Amino acid sequence: MIEVIDLKKDFGNHHVIKGINIKINKGDITVITGPSGSGKSTFLRCLNCMEDPTSGQIIFNGVNIADMKIDINVHRRHIGMVFQHFNLFNNKTVLDNVSLAPIHVRIKDKNDKTPKKKIIEEEHARAMELLRRIGLDGKAEAYPSTLSGGQKQRVAIIRALAMNPDVILFDEPTSALDPEMVGEVLDLIREVAEDGMTMVIVTHEMGFAKEVANRVLFIDDGRIKEDESPEEFFNNPSDPRLREFLSKVLV
Amino acid sequence: MNNFSAKVDQFVDIVVNQGGSNKIIEGLQNTLLIAILGLIIGIIIGTLIATVRVVPKYKMLPRVLNAICSFYVGLFRGTPMVVQLLVFYYVLLPLLNMQMTGVKVSILVFGLNSGAYISEIMRSGIQSVDPGQMEAGRAVGLSFATTMRMIVIPQAVKNILPTLGNEFIQLIKETSVVSFVGASDLYVAFNYIGTNSYEFMVPYLAMAAIYIVLVVLISLGIKLMERSLRKSDRGH
Repeated sequence: MIEVIDLKKDFGNHHVIKGINIKINKGDITVITGPSGSGKSTFLRCLNCMEDPTSGQIIFNGVNIADMKIDINVHRRHIGMVFQHFNLFNNKTVLDNVSLAPIHVRIKDKNDKTPKKKIIEEEHARAMELLRRIGLDGKAEAYPSTLSGGQKQRVAIIRALAMNPDVILFDEPTSALDPEMVGEVLDLIREVAEDGMTMVIVTHEMGFAKEVANRVLFIDDGRIKEDESPEEFFNNPSDPRLREFLSKVLV
Repeated sequence: MNNFSAKVDQFVDIVVNQGGSNKIIEGLQNTLLIAILGLIIGIIIGTLIATVRVVPKYKMLPRVLNAICSFYVGLFRGTPMVVQLLVFYYVLLPLLNMQMTGVKVSILVFGLNSGAYISEIMRSGIQSVDPGQMEAGRAVGLSFATTMRMIVIPQAVKNILPTLGNEFIQLIKETSVVSFVGASDLYVAFNYIGTNSYEFMVPYLAMAAIYIVLVVLISLGIKLMERSLRKSDRGH
């Protein structure tokens, strides 16, 4: 589904990603860990070109989306993203947050002949259904500032789901949450994973990685140092840096 | 004091019986027209320029547009409004062989001028919005322009509303120079009354009072608008 070929990313003279090759298959739940500053978030953000790669290719569904000549917006619609700081649209209600992009895309789509009013109705209904699923349908008309962190992140996840993406990227989805809210967000991610969604998750939640992932990557110094099943990764870490890292995070 | 009350009587007489009130109403209308339409044009131009100036500059087109916008802003912020009015009216119009009334020229120049100032206000407003908002919009596949229009600019406007209100007040006050190009504003009206009676004290005092009332009313309006816009911070 996503194939990364010799990806490099520099910020000025600072080489953050120093050549990454990886293939992410449909249905993979890939967890990425690594020390801070290792380039794991940058790598994730390169996958949907939120950061434009300095060199290399990102082949998504057969198209190199790192190519500046393609219309990246069309491809991003199939790649959901969930941010550390939620990034809900502050000036939109919860319902609009979820339905805004699907409505916009369908209205702009020349093949979709449905009248505008009907599109809005349908997408609102779909958004309501998703909100009901996470028990926040009562908050549909509320603004994000009135939600708790956990609620915000759950809305952000269904905002990504509302686009019917092929893959969802999670950038430390629980790092900005109060501890008591981590559980509800992980539960929802687990649920979405069980529905067969392909996911790439940058996280420090090792327990969650062990339980949900079928593949764990260790990124250090801009390179993938380990790419293993969770059992292998946690029980038989071969890379010395990974052993050191695990000894610090698995207290 | 007797002297002063005589002057007031004279002023009232001119306003009520000698057509002074019509002059004042015309002047007030023109002042408001120039300031309001100027502000609207300014907001449109300012928003466009501010957007151009925050576009990532990888490609040639944004760079060229950015250079043009910098030039424009430099030009209009670097010369006094009066000079802009005079150049437009006495240089550009004859060169282009065009005819325009003083009021129309004033509206246009006020719009162009405030566009330059508002672009800077708007740019700081846009930069005050969390970059995560733009990222979130782009991540769901909205274009830069769409995210700007639907997500970033509405939040930017909310942040800069008080400053935008000040710009409006500034425009109202600056309309007092439009008589240079023959537009009749408040100053022209009260000057007319003064000239007719050889007595300027009361007319100019009244003019000052009208400006103050206008500014106070506008400030009040801005406060009300801010309050209703803050709704999205509190929920329902």
